[in-house]
Amino acid sequence: MHEIARMLTAAPRVAFPPNWGVRVGWIALAAYVIYACSLLDFTWARFLVGLDNGARFIGRMFPPNFSRWEILLKGLTESVEIAVLASALGILVSLPIGLFAARNLMPFWVTWPSRMLIAVCRSFHPVIVGIVFVKALGFGALSGIAALTVASVGFIGKLFAEAIEEISLKQVEALRATGASFMNTITFGVLPQVFGRFMGFATYQLDSNLRNSTMVGIVGAGGIGGALFAAFQRFDYDFVCAMLLSIIVLIFLGEVLATQVRAIFLERSTLDAGKE
Amino acid sequence: MSLALQMPAHRTWRRFTPGQRLARFAVYLAIVTAVVVSIQTIEVIPEFMLDAPEQMADLLKRMWPLAFAYYPKGVHEALVETLHIATLGTVMAVVMAFPVGLMAARNMTHSRIINTIAKLLLISSRSVNSLVWALLFVAVFGPGALAGTLAIAFRSVGFIGKLIGEAVEEANAGTIDALHATGAPWLSVLTKGYWPQIQPAFWSVVLFRWDINVRESAVLGLVGAGGIGMALDTSMNLFQWDRVAMVLVAIFAVVIVAEIAVTFIRKKIM
Repeated sequence: MHEIARMLTAAPRVAFPPNWGVRVGWIALAAYVIYACSLLDFTWARFLVGLDNGARFIGRMFPPNFSRWEILLKGLTESVEIAVLASALGILVSLPIGLFAARNLMPFWVTWPSRMLIAVCRSFHPVIVGIVFVKALGFGALSGIAALTVASVGFIGKLFAEAIEEISLKQVEALRATGASFMNTITFGVLPQVFGRFMGFATYQLDSNLRNSTMVGIVGAGGIGGALFAAFQRFDYDFVCAMLLSIIVLIFLGEVLATQVRAIFLERSTLDAGKE
Repeated sequence: MSLALQMPAHRTWRRFTPGQRLARFAVYLAIVTAVVVSIQTIEVIPEFMLDAPEQMADLLKRMWPLAFAYYPKGVHEALVETLHIATLGTVMAVVMAFPVGLMAARNMTHSRIINTIAKLLLISSRSVNSLVWALLFVAVFGPGALAGTLAIAFRSVGFIGKLIGEAVEEANAGTIDALHATGAPWLSVLTKGYWPQIQPAFWSVVLFRWDINVRESAVLGLVGAGGIGMALDTSMNLFQWDRVAMVLVAIFAVVIVAEIAVTFIRKKIM
């Protein structure tokens, strides 16, 4: 009885009490946005002028001009070739590096340098890496391939190492117990466990390389980016529009293809089908 | 009849069905074909490869020692600007991505047409590289950080919006139904029903995107969209490789610090 009486006399409980910490966080965020906008000189006047420019810009982009389709096709083909070769090379290089970076299989004096290498590869945007390779290897597709290979090693190497660190060591132990050699342990104990995920990373990286291979041309590393940047600087906006549309179609096709390949190699769909 | 008699004498165990094996084989074949065709048709000038080691040695010699004196003059301010571009771009992207993400979620918006339009918006945002967005915005707003920030924001909308939409679609319907049953208005269902459920995914997506944006905003300057890329572009055009090296080291340091910060915050809030 006392319980009920106390509940009746007590102040009504607020279902969702205000969280002052969160509110202060929002205010801080708003303050930051205002501060950063003023620092970077964002003004309403500039925005309005921009809208005006934008309307003219879009007007000049349409209709897209496909009359120089030969340059377009050549650039796109080169971009695709760069993406394919960079992915293939990147996968070949990142297989051993990813393996060396897995802390459950390798001693620390092997993992540490591998992890450093992966971190360096991951830190720079492919276009920046492209600058260095254009100096070393000259203008053209070769520099693009080298730049995207570095990016692929950074991405696949990291995820591959993480995938290997998550495997079940029972199979590895069983193989070691039979006296299998190191290579056999890797081929039959480690690789089958990570292969499906590895194909996932590889197709994702191919997709990402395709996107970036259309851009490395901006610094002279081959592909359609060079033509795109040149057309931009000549204010040749209808050709720019044609190139952008083709790039979007290409990337979209690449994404569809990558999804298909992932579906083939995703083993969960077949193994877990019975469980669900 | 005993069971043993029914068993065939020898049975071959295979991990995959014939269809699966065929599909995998087709993929391998396609990969090999693509690589071989690419190697045969790509235009590579072999002479350039021959002097690559010399060129590389020359490059490293010119890069060393780093132009540390250049840091306070030309790098520091640009570096801070890069961080502002990345952060402000991410904030803008979140603001734009929320409505589009909710429109794309099928359990939130019960209209196939709106779902499709939202998905198309998100796909087109993702299909255009941030450098292309930067080129477009430089043409519209002129060179500077505004173009860079908008480029980062427009590129990130697709990424953040897609993942917000997916998180909302995975939200547990029980909580939502309970709120609806109490007669809660639409906004309350959103803030008290969906938001607590998607919050972990949301923060992790935003942090992840911010990390990517720090890397991406470093190159936007190459096309005139502000940030440290401008300093890089200037030094490169003047062949001042020691300054280029200084800029590269600065970018590397910021990217590593950003990654460590993101990992640390993730561990704290997860």
